[in-house]
Amino acid sequence: MITKLKIENASFGYNEHGNVWENINIQVNQGECFFLLGPNGSGKTTLLNCINNSLPLNTGSIYINGKDVKTFSITELARTIGIVYQEHTAPFPYSSLEVVRMGRTPYLGMFESPSQRDTDLAYSIMEQLGIAHLANKSYTHISGGERQLVLIARTLCQEPEIILFDEPTSHLDFKNQALILETIKKLSENGMTIIMSSHFPNHVWKVGTHAALLGFNGMVVQGLVNDVMTEAHLTNTYGVDVKIYQANSGMNEKKFCEPNFI
Amino acid sequence: MEVSERIAANKVMQKENIEEKQSRLKWAVMLISPIFLIILTLFLGRYSIPPSQVVQILGNKFLGLNFEPTWTSSAETVILQVRLPRAIMAALVGASLSMSGAAFQGMFQNPLVSPFILGVSAGASFGAAAGLVLELPALGVQALAFIFGIIAVGIAYFLARIYKSTPILMLVLSGMVVSTFFQALLSMVKFIADDEEKLPAITFWLMGSLGSIEVKDLAIAVTPISLSMIILYLLRWKLNVLSMGDREARSLGVNNELIKTIIILSTTLITSTVVAFSGIIGWVGQVIPHFCRMIVGPDHKVLIPATMLIGAAYLILIDNFCRLITANEIPIGILTSIVGAPVFAYLLRKTKGGWN
Repeated sequence: MITKLKIENASFGYNEHGNVWENINIQVNQGECFFLLGPNGSGKTTLLNCINNSLPLNTGSIYINGKDVKTFSITELARTIGIVYQEHTAPFPYSSLEVVRMGRTPYLGMFESPSQRDTDLAYSIMEQLGIAHLANKSYTHISGGERQLVLIARTLCQEPEIILFDEPTSHLDFKNQALILETIKKLSENGMTIIMSSHFPNHVWKVGTHAALLGFNGMVVQGLVNDVMTEAHLTNTYGVDVKIYQANSGMNEKKFCEPNFI
Repeated sequence: MEVSERIAANKVMQKENIEEKQSRLKWAVMLISPIFLIILTLFLGRYSIPPSQVVQILGNKFLGLNFEPTWTSSAETVILQVRLPRAIMAALVGASLSMSGAAFQGMFQNPLVSPFILGVSAGASFGAAAGLVLELPALGVQALAFIFGIIAVGIAYFLARIYKSTPILMLVLSGMVVSTFFQALLSMVKFIADDEEKLPAITFWLMGSLGSIEVKDLAIAVTPISLSMIILYLLRWKLNVLSMGDREARSLGVNNELIKTIIILSTTLITSTVVAFSGIIGWVGQVIPHFCRMIVGPDHKVLIPATMLIGAAYLILIDNFCRLITANEIPIGILTSIVGAPVFAYLLRKTKGGWN
């Protein structure tokens, strides 16, 4: 088992009035699909930003491939970690292919533009994700779900070893949620290491292999999905009574949970 | 491959061929128009010189031909020392202001931004006004305008700098603060300037003009302007990435702070040089990039060269109107605004808010 990410005794606070979370220890191995769950303000996005070295830890360290993330150059980091943010719009109507091609930036010099080979790679990645038909459509005129797929294609263009997702399905309808989750699951099955924050515990059972629950005061439960996703843990984390249900639909046994109120 | 698919693929290819031909024609026109307009300018003017003489003067000067001079020496001076440097300066100013505008619009992620947003025009105006009041020679006025243009942008940049970064919103706001401050200083200078000679001189300077451009001005201005234009040209694809936002650009491996600083330095070198030699020429850096986006699309890789060519052609054309419409020259800043504002309004309406 190859360890891709190791977080050791990490604490972070935006100011001196206390930390968002403290003494976090997380290990993610190659090919895992690691979910970060937690209530609003528990610091999921903050943790992703720390992994991406956009925010500096107060204490502790983060290692990518055994190397301290602080020692990475911006380019080196972009070749190792890709990140898909929650929602994004562009001020100019670039074609989707152009946006995907931007994923090649970490392989280009300061004054360089993408070559034909970069363009071909971008197009073939769009084909793999089934969005080749969007190539010439403008990025500002496609749906939220399509835009998210374009951003995933762009991230794959970076040829990263780890992909971080920040609530990738937050503002999407059911169909688009399914589309994004299926794409993520395929990536994970092909050996991509994925770390993903989410507000949907149900998605963890669908695509996750591991999960961590970030509670207030930096309390963390983590491990295999079935060990972490219990009624007690979820109730504790979200501060609302959570019930887990099981159902049989066809051949599969499905688990889902719901907050128990009203 | 199915027959129907093959037909569809053929149609797509044919369409692409037509588009490619159209695009080549487009670029050919864009490339030729500034050159054509510079040459045309040499034939036009109040001092009438027969076209055959113009051709012969140019032939002698640039092609080493030996026509017998049938013209007066002042005709030669008008062509070579007045019209030619002025046309070239107009091209240089138009190209560089438009390129700066496009670069800033990309960097600020906003297609309505002008190259003067960080306060360079306010700073330079104050510098020039102070120079005029102090009765400095022309070169001194230009130097003060240039220096205060740079100082204004420098202040705006350092005001905007927080946590080792310069967020776009901070830059916009500090640019406003600096502009307001230097405009107040300018008003102060105007207030104390004597209203017989100096106040009109200041007012006239602020309206912008290429009327006093000589070969030696061109010789000074050409280096900083073309150097900055080369840098912006080389960075043109990075502008695409930068326009996606700081966070995105960083995650794509772009040292966005470094690139932002280089872009601000280059555009400031351009704008302060341009303002020092030609006063305030507004509404070029905003309108031309917007117009070009309609012609070649939003990709900065092609947008930047397009703004350069169309900006050059546009300003030569406008400057010719300034020279020729009335007996007295119209200040070019007035004409660029009179033309620019309605054109911009039209483009806004046509593109329904502009950028999507």
